[in-house]
Amino acid sequence: MTDAALTPAQAAKARVRADAEALLKRRYRAEARFVFYGRAAIILALAFLVLLLGRIGLQGYSTFTDYRVSLPVQINADRVDMSDLAGSNFNLMVAESALALLGETDDPYGEASGEMMAILSGDLGFQILDRLREDPSLVGQTITVEGPMKANASLYYKGQISRDTEVGGRLLSDRQLDWLDELRERDLVSGGFNWTFLTRSDSTEPEQAGVWGAVVGSAMMLFVTALLAAPIGVLAATYLEEFAPKNRWTDIIEVNINNLAAVPSIIYGLLGLAVFINVLAVPRSSPLLGGLVLALMSLPTIIIATRSALRAVPPSIREAALAVGASRTQTVFHHVLPLAMPGMMTGVILSLAHALGETAPLLMIGMVSFVPGAPETLTSAATVLPVQIFIWENASERAFHERTAAAIIVLLVFMVLMNLIAVLVRRRFERRW
Amino acid sequence: MLIWIALLGLILFSVSAYVAGRRKVLSAAGGRARLMHSLPGYHGAYLALWTAAPAIILLLLVSMFGAQVEEVVLRADPPAAVSALPGSTQDVFYNDVVATVTGGQISQTVYDGALGEAFAEKLVQARDIHRNLTTGALIAAFVLALAGAAMAWPRLSADFAARPRVERWIAVLFLACSVVAVLTTLGIVASLVWESWRFFQVVPVFEFLFGLTWDPQIAIRADQVASSGAFGAVPLFMGTFLIMMIAMTVAAPVGLFAAIYLSEYAGPTVRAVVKPLLEILAGIPTVVYGFFAALTVGPLFRGFFNSIGAQFIGGPLDGLGLYLMQVQNQMALVAGAVMGIMLIPFVSSLSDDIINAVPQSLRDGSLAMGATRSETITRVIMPAALPGVMGALLLAVSRAVGETMIVTMAAGLQARATFNPLDTVTTVTVQIVTLLTGDQEFDSPKTLSAFGLGLTLFLITLMLNIVALRIVQRYREQYD
Repeated sequence: MTDAALTPAQAAKARVRADAEALLKRRYRAEARFVFYGRAAIILALAFLVLLLGRIGLQGYSTFTDYRVSLPVQINADRVDMSDLAGSNFNLMVAESALALLGETDDPYGEASGEMMAILSGDLGFQILDRLREDPSLVGQTITVEGPMKANASLYYKGQISRDTEVGGRLLSDRQLDWLDELRERDLVSGGFNWTFLTRSDSTEPEQAGVWGAVVGSAMMLFVTALLAAPIGVLAATYLEEFAPKNRWTDIIEVNINNLAAVPSIIYGLLGLAVFINVLAVPRSSPLLGGLVLALMSLPTIIIATRSALRAVPPSIREAALAVGASRTQTVFHHVLPLAMPGMMTGVILSLAHALGETAPLLMIGMVSFVPGAPETLTSAATVLPVQIFIWENASERAFHERTAAAIIVLLVFMVLMNLIAVLVRRRFERRW
Repeated sequence: MLIWIALLGLILFSVSAYVAGRRKVLSAAGGRARLMHSLPGYHGAYLALWTAAPAIILLLLVSMFGAQVEEVVLRADPPAAVSALPGSTQDVFYNDVVATVTGGQISQTVYDGALGEAFAEKLVQARDIHRNLTTGALIAAFVLALAGAAMAWPRLSADFAARPRVERWIAVLFLACSVVAVLTTLGIVASLVWESWRFFQVVPVFEFLFGLTWDPQIAIRADQVASSGAFGAVPLFMGTFLIMMIAMTVAAPVGLFAAIYLSEYAGPTVRAVVKPLLEILAGIPTVVYGFFAALTVGPLFRGFFNSIGAQFIGGPLDGLGLYLMQVQNQMALVAGAVMGIMLIPFVSSLSDDIINAVPQSLRDGSLAMGATRSETITRVIMPAALPGVMGALLLAVSRAVGETMIVTMAAGLQARATFNPLDTVTTVTVQIVTLLTGDQEFDSPKTLSAFGLGLTLFLITLMLNIVALRIVQRYREQYD
């Protein structure tokens, strides 16, 4: 037998082999393609995550630096009406002092002082008002006040408003930019960490707006939610898992809970509006009301998470307790619940973290109102972080967009903290049987 | 306020009852707990429960429903000036009277003239009622606490079966907690059905479900039943469907392939890194996605389509170019795409569980026959997992339909019946939010229509959930 002469049978065999190899190649190519799709899906999902967080970080980080000005202001007796202090135009006085400092004079139409007022925060005027109320003898003297720049001026210092943009598109005139440069050169303006943003509440002026009120509101609301949802959820789950007889009623409860967990959150807002506000007369937009609504909303998820924690406790523990004469209740309280506690805690904390970021149901119960301070009691009007984000996102000023992203960063920090606690609890106490 | 102090007092009283009860039985048994039927703590708890529980329940009921009772009594004989007012203004009037007394939020209405006199008169009456109600409740609670203690105290003795009785209390508490979930459902259904029923008095169900114009502000024709607008919800349903379809087009393939890769190909390290990252994506609040959609994705997409449109202008596709030039930030595509991103981790984690539940023997069998991994997945695992995956996708659809914040911030308000993803559309949830935020009178069909929409939304998602959960459940049992 030589290589050259193939018998028909051999030729057929070779053809089959070649076909098979081609097929195999095709199949391997399909395999490689499939793996590529899988990898691409993962990479795409992670890319979205990076894009989302990165974009928000980039938009928001600049909020945390802030430019403050300290100005000597000549308290002009002509401008102060001691009988009606609050009615005096302190902003104009500040602007005139600033103009004088920069060696300019106001024009008869007040255009220069108007433009100056547009770069210095109204907070300076309020400070003078407060000082004068304390000590009226300051009239005629020169005092130094220190306060924030208007948001647009800060944006210029941060480089987000550029001189190269056309005048119409950049919110600040050439003259204002010159003044800003001048103020900076004379070291009257200094940049630093933006404490205002963390310690003040909502305001119509972006440079004076902060998240403090929203943080307090969120904390109060979450407190109510935790106080209601955690015990009720844990007890309900324990009942269903440890005590409930298997009958039609408990089946209904179970199906019901699973379905409730998937009901859109906005429906809970409608429930809060129709039942809590209209029937039970709970005050609108209060942390108490928000907490009640969110408690109902997170109850099913807490129950589901808690049940799986209870299911993870091996039956042998229960049997041992029952065998030495403990009652069912004692078994549950002395053995099952303590052993399931870490798992339950994790589930509860994660559900609460989710509730912290929930917005839609709160819009239904009047939380979108403008609240310029931190709530004092559980029944006073409040706003919460996610709703504050929603409100600022709707605001037209550009500086509010920057603050929206910063508020998101604050919200995410709180959520990350809660998740970290959950992870730590799980790591610290987790037991495997 | 007084009621809260009373609650505190009750708790202190019941704690001392606990201590006293414990001590009594212990001394009755001569200090030897093993001779007793129940441990001393149970005796104490029994006494404490009878002391505090009925009284606390009473006080809670009064603090929850006191204001309503007051209002009912106040309304019993209305002054002439008040009964002349329209219904909703009367509500505000009584609300203000009660709120002035209880320290709630008062409306900004000014009452003068005859109305002012009526207000002052009712205020006096309300103060009286409030005082009587509070003192009555406190006295009743006090009597209840004493009676409970007096009833339970003589029973305590060494062979008294305190434990089963305390456990019965606990069982009732447990049951009550699980019933809260059922009550929530009942509350949702009752409030939605009741308010929707009032809405459907004004706008016929047929017009609502099949009407083609949604415009809750302006009357379209004078003889229309609801003179304040048109309530045909079809454009909203179409908008919701369109956005949902776009979202699922993004989420279903990406989520599924991610799940397949994670469960079938990825090694333990990759899983350990990728899964928590996907969980982060799942944990980001929807308002953040909304912000991202409105300020990043929207302008990006608009810029993209505008620049494409600019290429076409003047060419054979001039019309298309002009259309693309005026695409807005708020298009269905933006909201849908971002919602799709939000749903990726939801789809992938559910499908991951389902794929993992397919028995290993099926994989082994297929691989042993010489199939490649992808062939095993597409021809063996996916057919086996299909019902479960369908269930997961249905759950994702239900999420997409009920999602509110992304569409509110990124989809816009124009109700338009279109399937063009570049158009601005609105959804059921956006309309609910728009109708119910800001000032509104509660009885107008405009406000009530939000509940009609809510009921529709609830029913649709409920059906999706029931079907999906049942499929997933049955699928799990198949391989158990």
